[in-house]
Amino acid sequence: MTTASSEKKGRGWFKEEFGNPERRTAYYMVLPSLFIIVVVAFFPVLYGIVLSLTDSTVSAFGSFVGLENYTEMFQDPDFLVSLTNTVIFTVVSVALEFIIGLGIALAVNRAFRGRGLVRAAILVPWAFPTVISAVMWRLMFQPGIGIFQYLAETIGIISRPVLSDPTLLLIAAILIDVWKTTPFMALLLLAGLQVIPGEVYEAARVDGANVWQRFFRITLPLLKGAILVAVLFRTLDAYRVYDLFWAFGARELQSLSTFVYEGVRISQLQFGTGNAAAIFIFLTSFLIAMFFIRVLGMRTSAEEE
Amino acid sequence: MASATATKGAAGRGALTTVLFYIFLVVFVFVSVFPLLWVFKMSIVTKAELFASPPTIVPQNVTGAEWAQVLGDPTFQQALVNSTIISTVTTVICLFFGSIAAYAISRLRFRFKGTVMTLILAISFFPAVAIIAPLFIQFTQFGLINTYASVIITDTVFALPLTIWLLVAFFRELPVDLEDAAKVDGATTIQAFRKVIVPLAAPGVFTTAILTFIHAWNEFLFANTFLFDETTQPVTVVIPNFATVYTVDYGAQAAAAVVVTVPLVILVLIFQRRIVSGLTAGAVKG
Repeated sequence: MTTASSEKKGRGWFKEEFGNPERRTAYYMVLPSLFIIVVVAFFPVLYGIVLSLTDSTVSAFGSFVGLENYTEMFQDPDFLVSLTNTVIFTVVSVALEFIIGLGIALAVNRAFRGRGLVRAAILVPWAFPTVISAVMWRLMFQPGIGIFQYLAETIGIISRPVLSDPTLLLIAAILIDVWKTTPFMALLLLAGLQVIPGEVYEAARVDGANVWQRFFRITLPLLKGAILVAVLFRTLDAYRVYDLFWAFGARELQSLSTFVYEGVRISQLQFGTGNAAAIFIFLTSFLIAMFFIRVLGMRTSAEEE
Repeated sequence: MASATATKGAAGRGALTTVLFYIFLVVFVFVSVFPLLWVFKMSIVTKAELFASPPTIVPQNVTGAEWAQVLGDPTFQQALVNSTIISTVTTVICLFFGSIAAYAISRLRFRFKGTVMTLILAISFFPAVAIIAPLFIQFTQFGLINTYASVIITDTVFALPLTIWLLVAFFRELPVDLEDAAKVDGATTIQAFRKVIVPLAAPGVFTTAILTFIHAWNEFLFANTFLFDETTQPVTVVIPNFATVYTVDYGAQAAAAVVVTVPLVILVLIFQRRIVSGLTAGAVKG
């Protein structure tokens, strides 16, 4: 069967794929989903690339200007602040979430009473809309009524309101993100831990391996797949942060995504640089994903087929 | 003698570890739910108590005024209706197209399966913000701005990969024999799907529906881009705006935030086991 199909050249595969009723049905079944995805996501990216190379406005298509929007973007101090904030936010929050999440996953990887309660507690921050948790945290940092503002001032860590200081805002945003997504990270890592067979540890223990050897020689290598999936998804998520910065920072805190939004939806004059930044985010996200898949050797389920 | 002491020491250490473990769990659960509890407290106390310094831990003067104000606000009522409509329609559309595609991917053989899965998964890596400008221009041309359709279309595209991914994982766990038996009995592929797979897969489909619904309910970027009229804006857009509407009426803002999370907390409490199985379905295999 396989040899016969590979011997056929040219349009042979086409006939084979569409001549077979089961295969034809399969294509009919995936086509609607593919169509929606291509039309609403991939086509607009191409259109976005075109827009970023022209002096278009939101209401009129302009003429070709080459990379002018991009050079302008890299000279824009707001863009540079957004880029710095986004990179700091992504690296610090994902690193903290990974370390704390792995610790939690290792700690709860056993049978214990009250598992259901812990699981529900894990899911509560995750299930919240990000903007709503941002609003809640903003209330808790509000001068005069905010519990965290009060505590921080009482202990004496800070002397001014968190909500009016860009650096403190960014630190607070990182902490909120850690609060919201560490449990989710822990959940993914825990699922990875649970498929490592117990006999492997038994064997290692019999051979005299200590806790640290077992962790670095068994747990980490066997958990690599789950770690890469969890860290990649979190990295891309953090990199395109929008909801949290927008609602918690109330426009005082800029990320790449809020920069794009300001450019294409609010300011009339920044449409070009906004589009350039949109394509910049798209390309860099793609590179991050490629880095995880090619360099770190992450397996995607598509390759299993 | 020596061995007895060692055993006793190990037992003591075991008990200590257990105590530390439960202290850790309590702290962990407390940190997770504290913001919700605290904001709920903020929403039920009088204004005087809200501004008290130091803040009260246990509410002293309870009032329902803030809740009454928020629940009676027509903008807020409309936003709840809008969120429900957008999330429900998105979930139904995703399940319809997603289950059909997932069945083909998990059960049928065809040449470009790998390519199809890669294309679908690529959306999960896709920064939504990259396409808001092109879509805004196109939606304007089609007259879709300020309509439910604009966010339902975009939410569907970004929820669909999740839906398909989960359903493929669930469908793969179902026994193939039953479908084969149905086909031997003369059922077509479509009939095998409808009569055999769909009923068997109901629990998995239900889990997928919950996760898709949460995804759509929480969406903010597209709604904030395409909807700027209160008649169609969902709660995620309306509540942050309360900061300017209710300015210093923090109690009302707190009440509004809590209301929106109530359906999600209920879903999580009832279906936590299913949700966890859904969230980890793809990750473990990958």
